[in-house]
Amino acid sequence: MEFILGHYNYWVVIFLMMAGLYVVVARGNLVKKIVGLNIFQVSVFLLYISMGKVAGGTAPILVDEPVVYSNPLPHVLILTAIVVGVATTALGLALVVRIRESYGTIEEDEIQVANAADDLLEENRP
Amino acid sequence: MIGPHLPILQVALPLIAAPVCVLLRFGNLAWLLALLVSWVSFAIAIALLSQTMHGGTIDYFLGDWAPPWGIAYRIDAANAFVLLIVSGISAVVLPYARRSVADEIPAGQRSLFYTCFLLCLSGLLGVTITGDAFNLFVFLEISSLSTYILVAMGAGRDRRALTSAYTYLVMGTLGATFYVIGLGLIYMMTGTLNMADIAARLQELGGNRTVHVAYAFIVVGIGLKLAMFPLHTWLPNAYTFAPSAVTAFLASTATKVAVYVLLRFLLTIFGPTFPLEAQTLTYIFLPLALIAMFAGSTVAIFQINLKRMLAYSSIAQIGYMLLGISFGNLTGVTATVIHLFNHALMKGALFMALGCVILRLERASIESVRGLGQAMPWTMAAFVAGGLSLIGVPLTAGFISKWYLVSGALEAGWWPVAILIVASSLLAVIYIWRVVEVAYFSPAPEGRPPVTEAPLGMLLPVWVLVAANVYFGINADLTVDIAEEAALALLGGGS
Repeated sequence: MEFILGHYNYWVVIFLMMAGLYVVVARGNLVKKIVGLNIFQVSVFLLYISMGKVAGGTAPILVDEPVVYSNPLPHVLILTAIVVGVATTALGLALVVRIRESYGTIEEDEIQVANAADDLLEENRP
Repeated sequence: MIGPHLPILQVALPLIAAPVCVLLRFGNLAWLLALLVSWVSFAIAIALLSQTMHGGTIDYFLGDWAPPWGIAYRIDAANAFVLLIVSGISAVVLPYARRSVADEIPAGQRSLFYTCFLLCLSGLLGVTITGDAFNLFVFLEISSLSTYILVAMGAGRDRRALTSAYTYLVMGTLGATFYVIGLGLIYMMTGTLNMADIAARLQELGGNRTVHVAYAFIVVGIGLKLAMFPLHTWLPNAYTFAPSAVTAFLASTATKVAVYVLLRFLLTIFGPTFPLEAQTLTYIFLPLALIAMFAGSTVAIFQINLKRMLAYSSIAQIGYMLLGISFGNLTGVTATVIHLFNHALMKGALFMALGCVILRLERASIESVRGLGQAMPWTMAAFVAGGLSLIGVPLTAGFISKWYLVSGALEAGWWPVAILIVASSLLAVIYIWRVVEVAYFSPAPEGRPPVTEAPLGMLLPVWVLVAANVYFGINADLTVDIAEEAALALLGGGS
């Protein structure tokens, strides 16, 4: 019980990680895949943020008396990772918009059919 | 005065030039800037390599903040060599790109194309040069995000470029995130992000469940980025539908940089004494590398689209690089480093030759090159020369790679593997021969409008690479010296 409750942050991380990965693999809708990718990335943010937290620690601000403070480095790293995540999401969604314009659909199986037709057309061109 | 700041200039120059390219608006001006920057980068890489030869290392602290606080760049023979490969290929591809891009990319997007190209160059150089494991992730994402855009720019020709870029984005992001998870676990155990410090502290820690999990996450994450056999599915489509100049650049650099990162983590950071390492190399890398060599080449034989054929061949070639690592001896690592360089030369030449075919015929399929040996003699001769190097014929660079791979296998006592290396080269003979046969021994199809040779601006860079293939095949001293130096630096990096 102690093991389960004491590490609850990791359970949250693992649940989100697996849920995100499952959505990326199992969903055929391209936007939903991006959402899954986001959930997957957020789980990593939580992993880093909870890692830097020191029990009873405050924010790392310079004050006169010595205090216990949380490790700010993982938090700073995750700020960078969040920026990367936002950029990836934006680019992914932009690609989905372009895919919708040229294929008329954002469902993976319909796109595969269209791509297979394109392949066949290419092979049979003299 | 500039001398001590070369390491940061190597990365910062293309990074600063990239937004300037957007402001220039006109494709040709942006191209000129990109060309100048990439030539200067190449010169810097040569200067850095000459400083790091004979066991020297360069430490550069960003903003003069010493390592546990600041980001440190650490350059030894290994990453200086990879810097040379990346900037050198970019210096050759850019002169070629002007005509090819003008043909394949709409006018309004050309300056953006060069922006993304420079960002990608800067990201790849950054990944290679940095000595900070998180900084590596940031540069990896800079190069990856710009790569997705570059691949998607092939959409003007073929809409499938969009779906390839999307798949690449999903797979690439998963790979990078896996890497970050592994890095987080390492940070938990060691409390540092500096590669040299991580290496030292992991040595003290020895085996530990958290470190083992981190190892698995990092190897799989980088494996996705370098298209290690079962994780390669993004590669063929991305290379097939990207613009020609992009394919030539990516095929010669992006996977090479990922292989370098893998080498750095396996050999320097975790180190050969890491408990899981020997098993991973023998039971995972060796079989996967062998499957990649045969599966990649076999699938390549049946491709109609020649760009896709070469993409599958790349998967097989990455198999050779992993095979060199899996031997676990110095000769094997040397072979991998040599093949990094030689494969960049041969695949660059081959993809650029196909780019010339695409310029004249709009596509490069086995049907479209029919009878092209007479119509485009220089292009097809370059393709054949690159193909010979890919097969590993003596007097070409590919032969040197194969020679060292076979000696590595024999040194490890795995003579069946040595036979398999030679056998898989024969598969390369088949898929290159198919092209030679239709290009030289069958007549041009009836009713095809007359085809002229590709312009000199494109042929010249192709032939520079072909000449390099031959030169480094005959005079291998330079590559072998540097590669041995690099292998030593990789293996002894922790100290």
